[in-house]
Amino acid sequence: MANQISDDTIEYVGILAKLELSPQEKERAKKDMEEMLDYIDKLNELDVSGVEPMSHVFPVNNVFREDIPTDIDGSKDALFNAPSVKNGGFEVPKTIG
Amino acid sequence: MSKEYETVIGLEVHVELATKTKIFCSCSTAFGGAINAHTCPVCTGMPGSLPVLNKQVVEYAMAVGLATKCEITRYCKFDRKNYFYPDNPQNYQISQLYLPICRNGGIEIETEQGGKKTVGIHEIHMEEDAGKLVHDEDGDVSVVDFNRSGVPLIEIVSEPDMRSAEEVIAYLDKLRLMIQYLGASDCKLQEGSMRADVNLSVREAGAKEFGTRTEMKNLNSFRAIARAIENETNRQIDLIESGEKVVQETRRWDDGKAYSYAMRSKEDAQDYRYFPDPDLVPVSISDEWIESVRAKQPELPTEKLARYQSEYGLPEYDAQILTGTKKFADIFEAATEICKKPKKVSNWLMVETIRLLKENAMDAEDIRFSPVNLAKLIDLTDNGTVNSTVAKEVFEAVFKEDIDPEKYVEEKGLKTVNDAGALRETVETVMKNNPKSVEDYKNGKEKAIGFLVGQAMKAMKGKANPGMVNEILKELLSK
Amino acid sequence: MSLTSLTAKELGKKIKEKEISVKEAVNDTLDAIEKKEDKVNSFVTVADKDALLKKAEEVQKKIGEGTLGGPLAGVPIAVKDNMCIKGLLTTCSSKILEGFVPSYTAEAVKNLEDAGAIVIGKTNMDEFAMGSTTETSAYGATKNPWNLDHVPGGSSGGSCSGVAAEECVCALGSDTGGSIRQPSAFCGVTGIKPTYGTVSRYGLIAYGSSLDQIGPVAKDVTDCALILETISSYDRKDSTSMKREGLDFTSALKDDVKGMKIGIPRDYFGEGLDGEVSQAVKGAAKVLEEKGAVLEEFDLGLVEYAIPAYYVIACAEASSNLARFDGVKYGYRAKEYEGLHNMYKKSRSEGFGTEVKRRIMLGSFVLSSGYYDAYYLKALRTKALIKKEFDKAFSKYDMILGPAAPSTAPKLGSSLDDPMKMYLGDIYTVSVNLAGLPGISLPCGMDKKGLPIGLQLIGDCFQEKNIIQAAYAYECTREYRHSPLSDVYQVGGRR
Ligand SMILES: [Mg+2]
Ligand SMILES: [Zn+2]
Repeated sequence: MANQISDDTIEYVGILAKLELSPQEKERAKKDMEEMLDYIDKLNELDVSGVEPMSHVFPVNNVFREDIPTDIDGSKDALFNAPSVKNGGFEVPKTIG
Repeated sequence: MSKEYETVIGLEVHVELATKTKIFCSCSTAFGGAINAHTCPVCTGMPGSLPVLNKQVVEYAMAVGLATKCEITRYCKFDRKNYFYPDNPQNYQISQLYLPICRNGGIEIETEQGGKKTVGIHEIHMEEDAGKLVHDEDGDVSVVDFNRSGVPLIEIVSEPDMRSAEEVIAYLDKLRLMIQYLGASDCKLQEGSMRADVNLSVREAGAKEFGTRTEMKNLNSFRAIARAIENETNRQIDLIESGEKVVQETRRWDDGKAYSYAMRSKEDAQDYRYFPDPDLVPVSISDEWIESVRAKQPELPTEKLARYQSEYGLPEYDAQILTGTKKFADIFEAATEICKKPKKVSNWLMVETIRLLKENAMDAEDIRFSPVNLAKLIDLTDNGTVNSTVAKEVFEAVFKEDIDPEKYVEEKGLKTVNDAGALRETVETVMKNNPKSVEDYKNGKEKAIGFLVGQAMKAMKGKANPGMVNEILKELLSK
Repeated sequence: MSLTSLTAKELGKKIKEKEISVKEAVNDTLDAIEKKEDKVNSFVTVADKDALLKKAEEVQKKIGEGTLGGPLAGVPIAVKDNMCIKGLLTTCSSKILEGFVPSYTAEAVKNLEDAGAIVIGKTNMDEFAMGSTTETSAYGATKNPWNLDHVPGGSSGGSCSGVAAEECVCALGSDTGGSIRQPSAFCGVTGIKPTYGTVSRYGLIAYGSSLDQIGPVAKDVTDCALILETISSYDRKDSTSMKREGLDFTSALKDDVKGMKIGIPRDYFGEGLDGEVSQAVKGAAKVLEEKGAVLEEFDLGLVEYAIPAYYVIACAEASSNLARFDGVKYGYRAKEYEGLHNMYKKSRSEGFGTEVKRRIMLGSFVLSSGYYDAYYLKALRTKALIKKEFDKAFSKYDMILGPAAPSTAPKLGSSLDDPMKMYLGDIYTVSVNLAGLPGISLPCGMDKKGLPIGLQLIGDCFQEKNIIQAAYAYECTREYRHSPLSDVYQVGGRR
């Protein structure tokens, strides 16, 4: 296998993705990611130099909204599904910053 | 002997734009309002919701870019900046990294030495603001309010061209004034509609390479910025002197305690995984669009400063004060337009208005009176309807309550009395009641006439025409 | 016979002609679901009966008044569970959206409701549409109505099995890398993935935003055209929505392929394609040729690069799109945690299934510092090249013909252990999403095991009518095969 995913990399990706894996899951994730990356490395066979990366298939530009407010109180809908509500807001563990 | 150091500073300034709606949804940007009231599926990150760009945001960003001599990017895109934080409902911020709307501009500032220098602007990009975290006093929880989530911001990133707190303040002042003139934002530091993050490093004087920089956040006033710069400069010099390394990190300024601390934790990887937002399409900016924004551009502070001197013949100092806040310039121009007496308008602003602002601990932005009423008062003074003493009294009322001077003078009976018969009667009474002063004057004490004029004015409740009083007195005293 | 054995058009006609009431249509559908759901598990949620009957009454009244006169008025329809519907549980078949009830309705669904269609329930899917088998659902796997030991395909497996089992007459699915076309093939039904931007994505819970499209799943081409015509619209709420012409898809329902140029990519018939599938698809091509179409084999090129490019792009977008599921605003939050980041990690780790985690991890990795250019940008460049290949093909052909999937439906449980193998099954479908093209999948035969085989027609951008017309012409030569779970199923498959 060409790609080697280290423990540190899996740990790091877990931090980025906010996922906590068990030791077994980590081993599996390493193997899966290595396999996928090996397969993705197939793209290296292609000469893509000079090719513009294509994010959108269609060259559509300038889709805008006019600056006109709709004034509806959205708080009830916003909070309806919240797992934990306090004082009209979404409750989260204490966060400073 | 300790070495000489140079401080190198660049700024990232976030400015809340004065749009009515948020950048990607139609929710109101109005301040106040109940917690989470100004929200919808888009600005609360509900699944399946999609952003749609507010055109006005692009125009404001272009306006600021043109005013700061930036190149406008003809084809710009939005990117997602990925990081988890509760005030960020999607856990990514829509911003611009790869193709920001403006690049390569600059602002000229005056240095402490009295010279001029240009602070380069690396780029200006559009992005969305985050919500607010309210910390619950009694518990170990925080509460999220998304009312500010999605409010449009521009982030103005300077080059590391500043070398002192004074230069930083000069740059910020210039930038703020310019943006206020453009009407793109009210730029209030205290209220957070303008926020400056300071990137700072130190190096030995004369060194070519930059030192390792830190980023300082949570600076809510010019004073805090100046203090934080001093503090961080010293902290970095101390580290270097003691043989330690400056760590590249984000620090948070605590103005109450006058120190900063590192914000980074293991869980903040600071790897934002930017990529083009697939939910938004690129913005393509034509020459015509740029020209139409340029055409709508108001006169900016520097141009105004020159014009006030050439067109109205104002002294440079006065012109500087008047153009130094948008409010002054607005009132000056509007009142002048009505009464056609620029020097007099300038005088009222420079003297009485500034005095009253100081007395009331107000900023120019807090002025509530209308130019019409100032213009009317100037006319009333000019045509002799009121004398200057009364005019000052009337102006205080204008300043406080924006009253109509004509009505006010009428109702309070403050018109100057120009009736020679009535004045003569009063003067005669004053002379009769103050024989000592009359005597003194006649004995050569010319100053005594001042007292008599004062008494006559007082008797007329200040409404007498002082010139006429003087004349009549002289005439009667010489008898 | 249950009304669910009809097509949507037939059912709509009976309602319009007052042969049956909207209530009867709703009740019949609910009965069919009740009877078959134990076997197939097509649905995550069935709408509340009283609410449905009330809605049926309203629609009936409007039909009576003449304010609702369209062909779908009163027709019950199932909707994949990744489309938000106001007041209806929406889970994406994930535990992390446990209990989530949206306050808004997806634009495509709203268009259906405006036409008088009645949403009967939400169909099962691979969690967050990530999968090709509908086994990754937190609400259990869906089964293939043709053989309950096999998967229905995915990710719109519930929509396709629901239609094939005749629990409902038609459904909406979504297609990011083949998620309508592949399960349609596996279940012996017809599905269309329209040109990107044709159906609004507003209210569709995103997987890969630049690839996702909603489309119809039904018994025949006519129903698909009808539904697609109804759900397509320019939507200001979706910046990628296209202002386009030619949305009158039913006008293409003509039994005529004379002179149509059809390209057949050799690359689609190479190694890895099941022999029976190959034969059936080639047989279908022959039928079209006999009806006057002009066939030509050609080399499409870059076919083998589509899957790696697709997985990089889809996973990268997904890693960002799924960041919002964090236990703060809606859905599942872990019961015990210490501090904010632990709350995030636990909620997400407990709320997401294995496949979703796998893709989020991969997506986060390919976007991370140092890898963005090597993986993400390279994939976007490859996408540009693939689009070019298609442009070249469509300068010569009106459409491309090939299989929808390399095999028929695999057995339950045989795919999950080898994700790479599962990903390779998307070989004929993903490039269509990368290039934003429309594609249709329709039944073209059965294998020896009695599992349906799907034919895929791929059109140029905005040229749905070409593939609809050819598909319709082909369909005219065949008879619809009802699955064993149908009330009218007969051994041999004929009505
Ligand atoms: Mg920023
Ligand atoms: Zn909003």
